[in-house]
Amino acid sequence: MALDDRIVITGIGLTAPNGNNLAEYRQNLLEGKSGVVDYETRYMPPVLAGVCNFDELRYQKRKEVRRGTRAGSVAVYCSHEAIADAGLDWESVDRSRVGVYLGITEHGNVETENEIYEISQFDYDTKVWSHHHNPRTVANNPAGEVTLSLGITGPHLTIGAACAAGNAGFIQAAQMLRLRECDIAVAGGISESIHTFGIFASFQSQGALATHEDPTKACRPFDVDRNGIVVAEGGGICTVERLQDAEARGAKIYGEIVGYAMNSDASDFVLPNSTRQAECIELALGRAGISADDIDIVSSHATATEQGDIEEATALRRAFEGTSAVINNTKSFIGHAMGAAGALELLGNLPAFDDGIAHATINLENQDSRCALPNLVANEPRNLGQVDYILNNSFGMLGINSVLVVKKYQG
Amino acid sequence: MTGEEIRQVVLDILERIAPDEDLSDLDDAVPFRDQMELDSMDFLDIVMELRKAYRVQIPEEDYQNLNTMGSTVEYLTPKLKDVPVA
Repeated sequence: MALDDRIVITGIGLTAPNGNNLAEYRQNLLEGKSGVVDYETRYMPPVLAGVCNFDELRYQKRKEVRRGTRAGSVAVYCSHEAIADAGLDWESVDRSRVGVYLGITEHGNVETENEIYEISQFDYDTKVWSHHHNPRTVANNPAGEVTLSLGITGPHLTIGAACAAGNAGFIQAAQMLRLRECDIAVAGGISESIHTFGIFASFQSQGALATHEDPTKACRPFDVDRNGIVVAEGGGICTVERLQDAEARGAKIYGEIVGYAMNSDASDFVLPNSTRQAECIELALGRAGISADDIDIVSSHATATEQGDIEEATALRRAFEGTSAVINNTKSFIGHAMGAAGALELLGNLPAFDDGIAHATINLENQDSRCALPNLVANEPRNLGQVDYILNNSFGMLGINSVLVVKKYQG
Repeated sequence: MTGEEIRQVVLDILERIAPDEDLSDLDDAVPFRDQMELDSMDFLDIVMELRKAYRVQIPEEDYQNLNTMGSTVEYLTPKLKDVPVA
């Protein structure tokens, strides 16, 4: 068993509230364009959300869209895009050797809410509860829809990891590739969360749902006027391979996954823990065999909640104070894409290996002194010239932390 | 509903559950499954849609009557003859 195999990202498919492919997404991140809009959900007054507008019918028949789930459609779109981008000759790929590993924050709430609404129109007669409910809500649904769409007969699963899930998908891929469970991993994170009113209502009850008269200014990580989360949907899925396989087929290589870590706070259902976050960062750096000084860009997780941002800033100061690493935040553009957040935030930063630019944290007008960070890229992109290492934070409820370290590939 | 109206109701349901199909040449004498992609879950959608729209209860032992458009209309006619089109 070759557990020290080098693991690389070779294809990218994504849909974000401000872009449906990497080029469009990156351009909008560099130009400061938000994807947050006014949005209507069931039972509640209008809210704000990051909404994706990818073409569901590019890779699915209308019947497949109807029978499946929004999460499935996000996953199918991103997976097809990633495979096309990877330059794989799909017809000749041994699909029994392809694994699908998708991080999710939650799944099934959308479909359950829809069915409850539907039976409410029939005096709660459960005889009109859909026979599609179970296949739509099983936790593996989004990954399973990918296998159906692409004829993949290798393993598939979703990784339930709250908002740490995007990184968790990539970590699972690296592990499965090293264990020789698959030769190609289709991996990342997805979210359809804006289609359930419950997530908005719960954040509102928690006092953690962002409001702003201008939707594009609503998500304000580290800003003193932040007032909560903007819920978003999206997907970020990559083809991930062992380096030797990628090199053998002459693949384009976006970056190498050189370090990762996951740990648990074991301290609270909701409130994050800066000590455990810092430990997770340090663990990932150690596994990568580098120090904090080597990191060029830290892609922060901050969601623009009161305590969450303070905790992460505290962790980042512990890990990176005195280094030249710059810190940015992608949620300020797209909101919190839940299971897709970690993946989209990493993917938005990957082009920095080529252009040397760190995209900004927008809506940062008055940085909260409790979130003091020396190298926060505020409002305008920063040209770093050379970027060799990106560290991506992703944290979630129940105290789940994930950190990924990606290195520029130099063949 | 008349037989022709019932046929249209069933056709509308088929168009919703199989939106990629061209049903303009549907042969009423040929089983649905021989003319279009229709699996068991789709078939249950027909039953469900009729239940929702017209409160028609179709017991499982009667499913065989929904084999073709012709047999479906014949089966539904007595059940829907006093029901207006929704």
